Amino acid sequence: MSLWDHLPVLVVIIPLMAGPLCVLVERPRAAWALALAAAWLSFAAAVALAAQVNGTGVISYELGGWAPPWGIEYRIDTLGSYVLLIVTGIAALVMVAARESVASEVPEALAARFYAALMLAFAGLVGIVATGDVFNVFVFLEISSLASYALISMGRDRRALTSAFDYLVMGTIGATFILIGIGFLYMMTGTLNMQDLAARLPEVWDTRTVRAGFAFLTVGIGLKLAMFPLHLWLPNAYTYAPSVVTAFLAATATKVAVYMLLRFMLDIFGIDFALGRMPFEYILLPVGIIGILSASLVAIYQVEVKRLLAYSSVAQIGYMLLGIGLASTTGITGAILHLFNHALMKGALFLALAAVAYRLGSTALQDLTGLGRRMPWTMFAIVIGGLSLIGVPGTVGFVSKWYLVLASLEQGLWPVALLILLGSLLAVVYVWKLVEAAYLTEPRDDVAVQEAPLSMLLPLWVLVIANVYFGVNTEVSVGLARQAAAVLTGGAG
Amino acid sequence: MNFLPGTFNYLVVVILMMAGFYVVIAQGNLIKKLVGLGLFQTSVFILYITMGNLAGGRAPIVVESVTAYSSPLPHVLILTAIVVGVATTAVGLALAVRIHEAYDSVEEDQIHAEDIAADEALMDAETTGREDGRQ
Repeated sequence: MSLWDHLPVLVVIIPLMAGPLCVLVERPRAAWALALAAAWLSFAAAVALAAQVNGTGVISYELGGWAPPWGIEYRIDTLGSYVLLIVTGIAALVMVAARESVASEVPEALAARFYAALMLAFAGLVGIVATGDVFNVFVFLEISSLASYALISMGRDRRALTSAFDYLVMGTIGATFILIGIGFLYMMTGTLNMQDLAARLPEVWDTRTVRAGFAFLTVGIGLKLAMFPLHLWLPNAYTYAPSVVTAFLAATATKVAVYMLLRFMLDIFGIDFALGRMPFEYILLPVGIIGILSASLVAIYQVEVKRLLAYSSVAQIGYMLLGIGLASTTGITGAILHLFNHALMKGALFLALAAVAYRLGSTALQDLTGLGRRMPWTMFAIVIGGLSLIGVPGTVGFVSKWYLVLASLEQGLWPVALLILLGSLLAVVYVWKLVEAAYLTEPRDDVAVQEAPLSMLLPLWVLVIANVYFGVNTEVSVGLARQAAAVLTGGAG
Repeated sequence: MNFLPGTFNYLVVVILMMAGFYVVIAQGNLIKKLVGLGLFQTSVFILYITMGNLAGGRAPIVVESVTAYSSPLPHVLILTAIVVGVATTAVGLALAVRIHEAYDSVEEDQIHAEDIAADEALMDAETTGREDGRQ
């Protein structure tokens, strides 16, 4: 076999190996260079995989040469390759900006270990997407979670520690629920391979064990996903984590959790079970809508911009759940699109905040006054990211919300469509707060602030341009999302 | 073992799990929370090991006279989960140590009180700062 055939595992192995190496090299600059190289290599592998999947269809890789369902299989399909592209792409861009930001926010003695933890978190997230084995999902989930607890605790504020601890407790409960759910499925089918499970589950659909497993998995993934009533860990974790970590986790971790939800509920259990025999849509629709409205309302009253955007993240997750809950190909297309688009918006916004924190040492709303003149490029990026968050035509946010509205109208659920628009109006309010502070107030004279360094502006603007590019030129992203949704819904709907 | 055949282990699992879960929710002490979390995770190990058992099955070592074996796979899976559990506890305890250094307490109430006090100080500074800005 050539190296080319090992791509599905290389995309995971490269960052996984880079983690310990980062600790060994110890010097922050060298560790950063290593992590940067690993992230870009992983991204290159993901691009090659996406091309391969597009050309030849699903890739199945037998780990260690053991054939599935006995051995562990890595399986990359359209949805998987799409999410892999997002996760590795964001990681590669965030790593470019990381050096300056980490140097200013993380003590030098910890920097190498910081990069190591970042690589492990990254490897775990990529692993969840690449694997075709449900127990492997649990292991990778814990690898990424444990690394992210450590990452969050490295924030400057001491509350980073308590929020990391809270996240650890909730995350562990979530992961253990997932483990119980997987156990129940194994109990009934005797297999852990995703494809094998999907084939064997219909025989035992009507048992209480499978239903209990479904419930445990829903709640467990819901905790990881920050689904509305289970989102309490997210705002604190995002607020107090180092800026780079927030940008990375906001753009990838919850996206991978949404991927897990799609994979488990619609692929393994199958859409007939999840949406036919179980009242999945009656849970997801209300939870999604309440999440959108309540989190947006809370976001409006925040005085700390990072926390404001964290609550907005909870609201955006509501949109994705809503899309899945609509249970049609259009709805799921909307959800997958929003997954992609939200990664772009929040990646851009949190990177811009990392630049603000780098220059100001704070991201409080009151410190943003007049920053539009001091840091024009950074603040303009926030404006475009904000417009995308609202869903203004010409940005990616519009495309995914368009599909969600379309999907709800398709099913005659016009109140849902109205609530989606209401959610966007609430987004106008909190984005306006940022614009008002940055452009319509006089700059404070006592602080001399310069534009952010180029190494931070560059990845930031790549994301901003992607926000506009995929908002105008929708063929690639919509095409892939539609293709993935069609596979998940079995071509029906 | 004739008592409640087949379900005894599962009852133990449920009791342990709920006890652990309750400790996590009800206790304000971070160390006790971790103990509860450990209990919660351990109960799942028993769940997995129980499901691998086969009535009348032997240990999965090939012997001529034996035809029924218990499934070894859940044991292997749970070895991994035990490692994960140990790592989680280690990270949790490390965080508790750091929290103790930062707050001088591992009691949730006290930590919240300190946070709120810090917040209020910040709010006061903020309102004066804002008034300065508007003038």
